Amino acid sequence: MSNKITPLVATGNQTLSSNPDAARAALAAMWAVRLFEEAVDSLFARGLMHGTMHLSIGQEASAIGACAALRESDFITSTHRGHGHCIGKGADLTRMMAELLAKQTGYCRGRGGSMHIADAATGNLGANGIVAGGIPIAAGAALAQKLQNKDNVVMCFFGDGATNEGAFHEAVNLAAIWDLPVVFVCENNKYGMSFSTEKSMKVDNVADRASAYGIPGVTVDGNDLDAVYAAAQEAVDRARRGEGPSIVENITYRWKGHSKSDKNLYRTKEEIEQWKNDDPIEQFQDKLESLGTLSRDEMTALAADVRDKIRIAIQEATTAPDSDPAELLASVFRQVNS
Amino acid sequence: MTDRLITYSEAIREAIGQAMEADPSVFMMGEDIGVYGGAFGVSGDLYHRFGAERIRDTPISELGIVGAAVGAALVGMKPIVEIQFSDFTAQAMDQIVNQAAKIHFMLGGELSVPMVLRAPLGSGTGAAAQHSQSLEAWFAHVPGLKVVMPATAQDAKGLLLSAIDDPNPVMVLEHKLLYKTSGPVTEAAIRTPIGKSAVVREGKDAVLVATGVMVSRSLEAAEALAEKGIQVTVIDVRTLSPLDMEPIEQAVAATGRVLLVQEAPKHVGFMAEVSARLAESKSIYSLEAPIKRLCGMDIPIPYAPQLERAVVPQIPNIIDAVVELMQEP
Repeated sequence: MSNKITPLVATGNQTLSSNPDAARAALAAMWAVRLFEEAVDSLFARGLMHGTMHLSIGQEASAIGACAALRESDFITSTHRGHGHCIGKGADLTRMMAELLAKQTGYCRGRGGSMHIADAATGNLGANGIVAGGIPIAAGAALAQKLQNKDNVVMCFFGDGATNEGAFHEAVNLAAIWDLPVVFVCENNKYGMSFSTEKSMKVDNVADRASAYGIPGVTVDGNDLDAVYAAAQEAVDRARRGEGPSIVENITYRWKGHSKSDKNLYRTKEEIEQWKNDDPIEQFQDKLESLGTLSRDEMTALAADVRDKIRIAIQEATTAPDSDPAELLASVFRQVNS
Repeated sequence: MTDRLITYSEAIREAIGQAMEADPSVFMMGEDIGVYGGAFGVSGDLYHRFGAERIRDTPISELGIVGAAVGAALVGMKPIVEIQFSDFTAQAMDQIVNQAAKIHFMLGGELSVPMVLRAPLGSGTGAAAQHSQSLEAWFAHVPGLKVVMPATAQDAKGLLLSAIDDPNPVMVLEHKLLYKTSGPVTEAAIRTPIGKSAVVREGKDAVLVATGVMVSRSLEAAEALAEKGIQVTVIDVRTLSPLDMEPIEQAVAATGRVLLVQEAPKHVGFMAEVSARLAESKSIYSLEAPIKRLCGMDIPIPYAPQLERAVVPQIPNIIDAVVELMQEP
């Protein structure tokens, strides 16, 4: 039994908001990210979930708009703040929840947790606990597409903080010199943990760095789903045509702290409130209503349907068996004859 | 198929060529491996045989190269990475340790990283402290990495082909002093099993356990010792991780005396693990002398030839150490 949202729908040159099917799928996906994360935030606060997690509430349009430009056979690499990418690529909500609840039925059989969810079936090559760790991996997966004569694209998610790592430089350079089919999606949420982008880099935008690699770079309003999708689709098309990588920078904001230990000492309540007024979901719903793409009633029903899926995910995951220490030692290596 | 005498580096090249002919998913990446033929000449003419796509020259970008190999391996390729000097793996440690080694386990077992990372290690070339280290213990300490150190031309070929077959990341640490040495090598695409130590000489008086270039030095020492009437068994560990202790324990039980020889610094080195495993095994009851280690000094490798030689075990040092061992208690 799977517990997934409807797959995202690409609309080519049209906006997602103008197409009822695409709008419905994208809105449901954004709600799924929001409600999944609100649920885990609450489970954690009540002591029902252990470990740590990084929430992307407020950044939903970035993950979903970008993933909407991908085909099922395309790949992603993700980050420590990766629930949105995972859902956007089509992950099963129950298996995600089971992983966070340390269950045997979780995506990583309880060995990875929130920071390491991967789903080979949907082309999700994994969230990554190392900042910038996934960027060279994305370049390599894209190199493989080229060597295998496939036209799949790899979408590589990372944050603003990752662009100050050497891995970013090395991987973007490799992808550029080899014209690899990869789209580098920077989710610039203004802070690498507590260190602001104003302090961490001398250029105004991460996309400005693209010129150093001889590739296109574009900065978009990361809370505007249509804008994110349009930029991502253009970069994906370019990559699929064999014209090489691009950097797409989505300017967004995380409403919650970096992880579970954050006291928000580095930013003001006013700043957080101001960004909450720029809610990507609200914004998209207002747009759909004004365009007449979906009615308020339809949107309310859609959100309720997603809420049910999250409730089912929690129920099913809670009753699943705990992950099993007995299999650990034999799981370090893939067996040679398997 | 016959065995011919070819060099260790020719044997590696032959293995890569045979693997690439047999499997289109095998390709190689590294610095100056194309027209240049590799810093140590290992890739040689492979570029002309297989072309620039599959013998892929890279920028000087170790972290990027290894990361790209991890990514390619995740989606069906079998990359072989050449890191020009094993010292430069320090530049790529995140991808080796945090990514390649962890992915299969940490992500739940669906994905795996069938990557081979080849790197020359060791001293003896006058290249000083940043081009001469023996870092094998770093990698052997990380769960999820397999680590092999071929000591002969035949094993350079056989272990590499097994590494390419393996669905897990394998570090193949080649000793740079061995590249030009020759030995009999089977023409066919033979495999040396990963995870099996080899008894390469048998003797009743003591056991020498060695890795890398210390295997041939131990064998030469064994010849000299035989002339003194001391018969030693020599064991080539071949695979450091996963480690096969069985032949080592058996030989120690049979002889009662053991000398562990490595080029790397002694402190927290690989032979400390072998020593501990012996101490934990029943073979300890057979010991007639304490377990002895002969290792590199705990200092960086210096440049001057007389200094460099003084830092790591040479054949006379091995002979002396065995003679001392025979005088215990």
